[in-house]
Amino acid sequence: MPKTNTYTFSFIALILLLIICFFLNISLGSVSIPNWAIFKSFFGTLEHESWSYIIQDYRLPKALTAILVGSGLGISGLLMQTLFRNPLAGPFVLGISSGASLGVALVILGAGIFGGVFASLLISKWSIVIAASLGSFLVLLAVLVVSSRVKDTMAILIIGLMFGSITAAVVSVLSYFSSAEQLQQYIFWGFGSLGNLSWNELLIFFIIYCFGICLSIISIKGLNTLLLGENYAKSLGLNIKQSRFIIIIATSLLAGTITAFAGPIAFIGLAIPHITRQVFNTSNHKILLPAVFLFGAIIMLICDSIAQVPASDYTLPINAITSLIGAPVVIWLLVRKRKMIF
Amino acid sequence: MSENKEHIILETENLNIGYKTKKKESVIASKINIQLQKGELIGLVGANGIGKSTLLRTLTNVQNALNGEVFINGKSLSNYSSEELAKSMSLVLTDPIASKNLSVFELVALGRHPYTNWVGNLTTEDINIVNQALVHTNIETLKHKKCFELSDGQLQKVLIARALAQDTDLIILDEPTTHLDMYHKAYILKLLQKLVKDTGKTILFSSHEIDLAIQLCDKMIVMTPEKVVTDQPCNLISEGTFNTLFPKDLIVFDETTGSFRVKK
Repeated sequence: MPKTNTYTFSFIALILLLIICFFLNISLGSVSIPNWAIFKSFFGTLEHESWSYIIQDYRLPKALTAILVGSGLGISGLLMQTLFRNPLAGPFVLGISSGASLGVALVILGAGIFGGVFASLLISKWSIVIAASLGSFLVLLAVLVVSSRVKDTMAILIIGLMFGSITAAVVSVLSYFSSAEQLQQYIFWGFGSLGNLSWNELLIFFIIYCFGICLSIISIKGLNTLLLGENYAKSLGLNIKQSRFIIIIATSLLAGTITAFAGPIAFIGLAIPHITRQVFNTSNHKILLPAVFLFGAIIMLICDSIAQVPASDYTLPINAITSLIGAPVVIWLLVRKRKMIF
Repeated sequence: MSENKEHIILETENLNIGYKTKKKESVIASKINIQLQKGELIGLVGANGIGKSTLLRTLTNVQNALNGEVFINGKSLSNYSSEELAKSMSLVLTDPIASKNLSVFELVALGRHPYTNWVGNLTTEDINIVNQALVHTNIETLKHKKCFELSDGQLQKVLIARALAQDTDLIILDEPTTHLDMYHKAYILKLLQKLVKDTGKTILFSSHEIDLAIQLCDKMIVMTPEKVVTDQPCNLISEGTFNTLFPKDLIVFDETTGSFRVKK
């Protein structure tokens, strides 16, 4: 067995890379700020007040959000791929993202139906966060009710996809009746955004994120057993229903909050576990989980740095960047290795 | 008699097996009484669809018995917690392994699951037991190979090693010889016989290799449409049980060679 300590070097390298990417991410932006000012701003206010504002209230929360989003989506992708033992599974297979989209669509697109006064009240940032959380929570609840009745895990996968289709259809119907302005707003939400989070929002995000991570860590042993298949896992004394429940809750907490705060970020959840498996050639979740955490955070920081388009005023939609950068990477990895390791 | 009772690993009492839906009960086999002693190799044979899998599924608590009871080490199966059961009985199933990216050592080590802590760390004792299981099944050289690199025969040995590592009194294998060539069929069954001798475990397997089972097993469970018989192979031959195994239009059992012949 490749011992844990053979991976020590890779872990140290990844942690260093994460730190470098973190500082790189903070130092890049439409306003160029010298590096010494960035270090100084961590320890107090600069003479340049606009600089410290940009760093402390904008770039720092954004970089932290990127770390939470990347690692959280990566880990929930890993959990889903193992639970469904399907390399195509991602955090959104349970219909979490479509549930969130439905919630947001109802608020933004449905606001027109309630009329002008309500519309301005409804479309605040918190109402979108709450609508997204509620939407994903309701879809999750439906999936959980179904999963407690269904014995076959693969059926849950298909049911999740069906929920996705239903919500997508409802969203289309809503968009048909909406004004161009509302549609634009909805589409902007769909682009995803890592900025715009205040420290308070970040704190709430972080607390829920921690719950999700703790549940994932508890599941490590069960996940390893599930690699043998459900019947073997059962014969080893694993309580399948309970582990499945915990894994689904963990994924929903992670993917649900991330979608609520940062929008539906495509691709990361599916790709990060695969990229990680190419480097860490093991199926042991004790190693994969922290590795996916690091890879997710690093790649999200890089994607965000690119989305800034360094030294320009443009900020591209993060959702497009993750797919544009990530998809070719995965294709290249798989073509080169000619093997989908799972 | 009381002395004998202590060595019984698995016992069934008037067991009825089959499927139950809300509307009706379909009984597949009834009044099954089996006693398996410690240190025996037992082959379970019968025609396709006779209920071998259903019997194994019932014995391993995957599905409930319609009637009657199963006792493992004298304790009723329904009184076992899943963790206790995992320490008394290990399985080799026909299901494919979900992740072929596991290394042989990792896969065998998963057999230690019922004994490890919450995160699944292996103690030195666990590692010793895993290594012993690899030695018993002659696969030490494969230790660091990935499962996708193995042949079917090698993979079967790895799965048997995993069951050994689970350290249970009873190992149950569901058709361990399917997909294997003639040599490896004999090899796997011979390996099971050796394991029974070396470790004193009780091993029950279902198989279609009746002639091999007759040569190697201490006892056989023969499922025929009329009844379920358990006895030593030589007694089963002299009683003509194997003749009742299949419809008589195509093949007949030849008592002198202990195998089936096609009718001319």
